[in-house]
Amino acid sequence: MGRERDAVVPVPKQAPPQQQVSQMVEQLLAVNPYNPEILSELENYVNEQVSSQTYSLDANLCLLRLYQFEPERMSTQIVARILVKALMAMPAPDFSLCLFLIPERVQMDEQFKTLIVLSHYLETGRFRQFWDEAAKSCHIVEAVLGFEQAIQAYAIHVLSLLYQKVPRSVLAEAINIEGLSLDKFLEHQVANSGWLLEKSHGKGQLIVLPRSEFNHPTLKKNAADAIPVEHVTRIFPILG
Amino acid sequence: MASYDYDDSRAGYEESSATQRGSQTPSSGQDLGYDPNYVPDSVKSFVVHLYRHIREKNVYEIHQMYETSFQTLSERLFKDTPWPSVDAVAPCVDNDHVFCLLYREMWFRHLYARLTPTLKQRIDSWDNYISLFQVVLHGVVNMQLPNQWLWDMVDEFVYQFQSFCQYRAKMKNKTDQEIALLKQFDQAWNVYGVLNFLQALVEKSMIIQILEREKEGLEQFTSLDGYDYNGGSNVLKVLGYFSMVGLLRVHCLLGDYHTGLKRLLPIDISQQGVYYTVIGCHITTIYHYGFANLMLRRYTDAIREFNKILLYIHRAKNYHHKSPQFEQILKKNEQMYALLAICLSLCPQMKLVDEVTVNAQLREKYGEKMIRMQRYDDEAFAIYDELFSYACPKFITPSAPSFEEPLVNYNQDAYRLQLKLFLYEVKQQQLLSGVRTFLKVYSTISLGKLASYMEVDEPTLRTILMTYKHKTHAVDSDGKIISNADVDFYIDDDMIFVVDSKSAKKYGDYFLRQIVKFEGLMNSLDAVKLGGFTNNPDGVKLKGFVNNLDK
Repeated sequence: MGRERDAVVPVPKQAPPQQQVSQMVEQLLAVNPYNPEILSELENYVNEQVSSQTYSLDANLCLLRLYQFEPERMSTQIVARILVKALMAMPAPDFSLCLFLIPERVQMDEQFKTLIVLSHYLETGRFRQFWDEAAKSCHIVEAVLGFEQAIQAYAIHVLSLLYQKVPRSVLAEAINIEGLSLDKFLEHQVANSGWLLEKSHGKGQLIVLPRSEFNHPTLKKNAADAIPVEHVTRIFPILG
Repeated sequence: MASYDYDDSRAGYEESSATQRGSQTPSSGQDLGYDPNYVPDSVKSFVVHLYRHIREKNVYEIHQMYETSFQTLSERLFKDTPWPSVDAVAPCVDNDHVFCLLYREMWFRHLYARLTPTLKQRIDSWDNYISLFQVVLHGVVNMQLPNQWLWDMVDEFVYQFQSFCQYRAKMKNKTDQEIALLKQFDQAWNVYGVLNFLQALVEKSMIIQILEREKEGLEQFTSLDGYDYNGGSNVLKVLGYFSMVGLLRVHCLLGDYHTGLKRLLPIDISQQGVYYTVIGCHITTIYHYGFANLMLRRYTDAIREFNKILLYIHRAKNYHHKSPQFEQILKKNEQMYALLAICLSLCPQMKLVDEVTVNAQLREKYGEKMIRMQRYDDEAFAIYDELFSYACPKFITPSAPSFEEPLVNYNQDAYRLQLKLFLYEVKQQQLLSGVRTFLKVYSTISLGKLASYMEVDEPTLRTILMTYKHKTHAVDSDGKIISNADVDFYIDDDMIFVVDSKSAKKYGDYFLRQIVKFEGLMNSLDAVKLGGFTNNPDGVKLKGFVNNLDK
């Protein structure tokens, strides 16, 4: 049934240049998101995301869906790559979204077990354990470009929700950078992201993180009193 | 694992039709007493009238016959047998092709509701849906059907798909004949087919564009409850509209919550849309919306909508007392209370819940369990497990079985996976309720002190607090960070500062709502003056009017 309809979408046989892949895949998804014929395009697209540091949750979920419908076509290597990319999308819940679609017996595979443990450490803020574990399984994660930076960005995100001022040692542990490299990193953040450095009372450095409504809850109050425009639009016809 | 029977034959689990499904389980109506060719006079009169009303586009009468007469006749004559075969009634209706497709659709729906369909019947019903949808998609129908009926079609289509997947997954006791049929008709209820038909209805109906144009004031759809008063047909448009809800449900059954919500996006559930006009659709929409958000950890979105609909059901209950969907409404009502109990245990935002009705009901039903869910022990998990298993959708495995021996049942696989991952999430959050208790009684406290109260070391406490912040800050559909936190606090070096967050009352919103309500009331009064009820088949305006007076 559905397959006949799918025949309308022409699928090019030769691999097009990299930049066009993403455009083409997005187009294929828009034309028909339930087309079993686009599986190999979606797999290529995963590989492109890995090498070009781009990301499309929708495309990856679509691929996992096709695997779910036809398990015999599943490539565990591709699934592993999707999961690593999903870890890199934290704090978004993409990793769980992917797991919901992967059959339990597939999740028993060693490399997936490792990734699930890594996700667990990130979800529960245990960065030291995370970096230790990641170092042991570098063959899985290092294949994906930008992995470390993505996790560091997530760590900084969580720290910024929690701390106005964070001790240097806590930051160092969370982003897995120490000593001179950390000095350099901080210098960069001070110059570009509005971080400040402070001396704590005799215990070492404190880093002042940028203010947000999350670490300065008082900032939130003002917004709460406002009425969103969408709500006012409801009475436009009446006013008019 | 909870002790709930996750079996397909569990009575009346899913919304769709009237009575408890398959609970009587007689042998598919092929009883000795049933003659498919015998058409009682009352049935003859029923189809003749229904056929005439459809030709005359008398939506009001169609609705009456569909909602009332069909149920009454089923109750009186076809309690545990199928209706007469389509071939037997066809001569009464000029052998009208489309009418026969509609009749068969109801025929199968009745069969599914009261008996257990055979595999052959499941396949035939699939074929009938395909013929019906193809007729609609090719734009050759010129009917005007009640929203209730159109919703039931989409709803039943998804239900029968789900039921088929459950049936197929129980491979252990399949006969050779059944296996041969499954292999032969492998396209029947194929997941691609199901999704593509729903998607085709959405696209062909242009419903997404219609809703967009309506926002700009260029088109009327919602304001007419989806009907067409200019002689056109509402069938494709409204089927397309309901198919978006159908897709949400199918994706939830598959565990794909992100995609499900995305399919629903064109419908703005903060407004009263067409989905609102059929209570079964309203409930299905919000139930799946809420469940998907729960799985995405957007607890406040789920709580807000559950609260609204539970309040709505509470008020509308008496109105639907005699409706064939009444039992389903009550069932979903109970399930949504269970889901609300889960959401509030993970994200205690009581201020989002109506105090007088919803919270009172919740306390009565789950008050004691919710206290135990706050603990960090096996019993607490058992309750999460129990509530989730009771209230979750009936997850399905969409792929065909391997027909190799030994044949195994895999009908519980999908459910087990979703349950396991949900409990995993609960486990990750298990320490948070302890933190909440302390943070609520302090305005400042040092990490060291709190750590000793909680009997953990300081680095561990820091990770717990990070977990709290991470889990209470969700990412919304635009990628924005949204706070679900019930306690606002921050750390400065090694001191925790808790900020008292008494939310100021929002008067602006209150006034806006009253203005809209008052305007609606005045419109209803105008309608009374003009006698405007008569051309409104669902009596929706009337309902709105009564509701307005109610408040």
